[in-house]
Amino acid sequence: MIAPAIELVDVHKSFGATKIIRGVSLAVPAGERHAIIGPNGAGKSTLFNLISGRFTPSSGSVRLNGEDVTGLPPYQINRRGLSRSFQVTNIFPRLSVWENVRCAVLWSLGYKYSFWRGLDGLADVRERTKSILDEIELLDRRRVQAGVLTYAEQRALEIGVTVAGNASVILLDEPSAGMSAAETERAVALIRKVSQGRTLIMIEHDMSVVFDLADRISVLVYGQIIASDIPARIKEDSAVQTAYLGTAA
Amino acid sequence: MQSRPVSDVATEAVDVPLRAGVQPTRPAALARLAAPWIALAAVFALLPLIFTSGSALTMLSLMGIMIVFALSYNMLLGETGLLSFGHAVYYGLGGFLAVHAMNTVIHDRLPVPLFLIPIVGAFSGLAFGIIFGSVSTRRAGTAFAMISLGLGELVASSSLILRGFFGGEEGVSTNRTKLMHVFGLNFGPQIQVYYLIAAWCLLCMVAMYAVRPTPFGRMCNAVRENPERAQFVGYNPQAVRFIAFALAGLFAGVAGALAAINFELVNSSAVGAAQSGTVLLAAYIGGVGNFIGPVIGAILVTWLEVMLSDITDVWQLYFGLLFIGVVMFAPNGIAGLLTMHAPMWHARAFGPLRRLALSYLIALVPALAMLAGLIVVIEMTYHRSVKASEGATISVFHLTLDTTSVMPWLAAFVLLAGGFLLFRRTWPIVGTAWHGAVLAAQAAGKSR
Repeated sequence: MIAPAIELVDVHKSFGATKIIRGVSLAVPAGERHAIIGPNGAGKSTLFNLISGRFTPSSGSVRLNGEDVTGLPPYQINRRGLSRSFQVTNIFPRLSVWENVRCAVLWSLGYKYSFWRGLDGLADVRERTKSILDEIELLDRRRVQAGVLTYAEQRALEIGVTVAGNASVILLDEPSAGMSAAETERAVALIRKVSQGRTLIMIEHDMSVVFDLADRISVLVYGQIIASDIPARIKEDSAVQTAYLGTAA
Repeated sequence: MQSRPVSDVATEAVDVPLRAGVQPTRPAALARLAAPWIALAAVFALLPLIFTSGSALTMLSLMGIMIVFALSYNMLLGETGLLSFGHAVYYGLGGFLAVHAMNTVIHDRLPVPLFLIPIVGAFSGLAFGIIFGSVSTRRAGTAFAMISLGLGELVASSSLILRGFFGGEEGVSTNRTKLMHVFGLNFGPQIQVYYLIAAWCLLCMVAMYAVRPTPFGRMCNAVRENPERAQFVGYNPQAVRFIAFALAGLFAGVAGALAAINFELVNSSAVGAAQSGTVLLAAYIGGVGNFIGPVIGAILVTWLEVMLSDITDVWQLYFGLLFIGVVMFAPNGIAGLLTMHAPMWHARAFGPLRRLALSYLIALVPALAMLAGLIVVIEMTYHRSVKASEGATISVFHLTLDTTSVMPWLAAFVLLAGGFLLFRRTWPIVGTAWHGAVLAAQAAGKSR
């Protein structure tokens, strides 16, 4: 049997006496689009931080494609094929759009810390950067400083930077947050496109986006997953309705 | 650095080659790459023909050394966002090891010509950069700055304790003419030393410039901008900082060795806080946002150090005022002020640019009056408080002023206050001209 892309085994995280994540076990098979929903403060972003190495779990383990990555720093986890975006846009604000994406492709193409080869001469870097910018429809804006892009453009760039390294597992933290309906629609199309052939886990509050994209949904409430199932059954689940959907809708 | 608003920052125009155009190995592209450097080499070669006096040659030599030092500092501050208060450590240690190497070469009659000695400085700077960098680059921001300060103090105080190596108060001296002579060069005359420094300066400039558009160089910028994001694209920010630190140490070591050759003496001041401060000021005043900034800063600061210290005892005060002025009004340095005008230049908005230049001239007149008043006040105050026993009169701007009478003080304050008030009234004029130039540049940008 193929190992799940992401496997969490009884993960706990406390900050001091405050228990944020209280025993989460979750397996996301390769190629699945998985959404994590839940009320504010449920610990969704903390869970992402644990998976991506920003935080170390207090106990439990995180496996990426079968390999134990618990406690590894973010760059080590990234090199093993996991990439993430952030709820608050997290890019290189004073670099151009082009440089933002180019920085994100370098490691995956094996250029590491080399200070003896000119960037502009690297055809594979250029081609990959160009195709990513094409995908996120920012090719015409490539010379612009990332910090002066519009909000929706910055969110698209955030996704571009996330997928640029060709990671097999993509974590998106509220990709449609703060967007208008039209922008959300475009974001959904973009996410569908870039998650093709990859494993996607996303945190999302917009239920239309969730039910539109997700193969499976996990509901995180107060640091625990209370349900994990296909969208149709999540809708029916009475525990979910009382805990989350009922109050939200 | 990170708190600076985005729009405030001068970015270089990024020309993004989308297609696999001319490969850099082709002769034509190579020539285009090399042309500015060949031009610079020609300038370096011709400068001594224009500035022929001995003091000018000495000043040019000092400028060359400072350019290398300031650019090496900018690899930290400008490129990687590391504020170091102890960069002189690598400069000074490079100098000390170079001077010891020279003395060993002389003593053992080794077949090493003088112009290879900067290599010793390079390896020394690199070695100490690796040693101290492995400690200090684990952290960025304030922690890094504090560690660099501590390391600087550590080395500065050991320089007075370890007398065998550092030579105590008087330092270690050498004789650059006693090394093996190649091509009949004995490096006695300053002109030969100048050309040695110029050649190494050019070499280091090319090398430091070439590091910037590489995967490592770009990730330095990425780590400066957002070290956390750098981690999530696979890079270890500590490793990036460490390599940048080691390379900056290498080039600082070259600068230190060049200084050792130039002065034939290195003492503990070379590793001291004042030297670390000077390079920070040079890089910052020139502008850390782009490559040319520290070069401008190095030239200006060297010139000021030499010229001002000749004409006034309180030259460091003026130096400090200049630094405060730059930090407050031109946070991107002199180069930043210049690049602000690049869009208008590229848009060929020469009419509005001319009006802008005129408005600058209008503002300059009261500004200079204000400055003159300030200088007179400073000089007279200094004279009254420190040198009153030497008589009542001083000479400022070729004027003899009596510091005990009221008139000079009154005149100075009138100049200072009146200049300031008039200067303030010119700000709207400059503002309007600036706005017009920006609009013209934007209009030109859209029409194309």
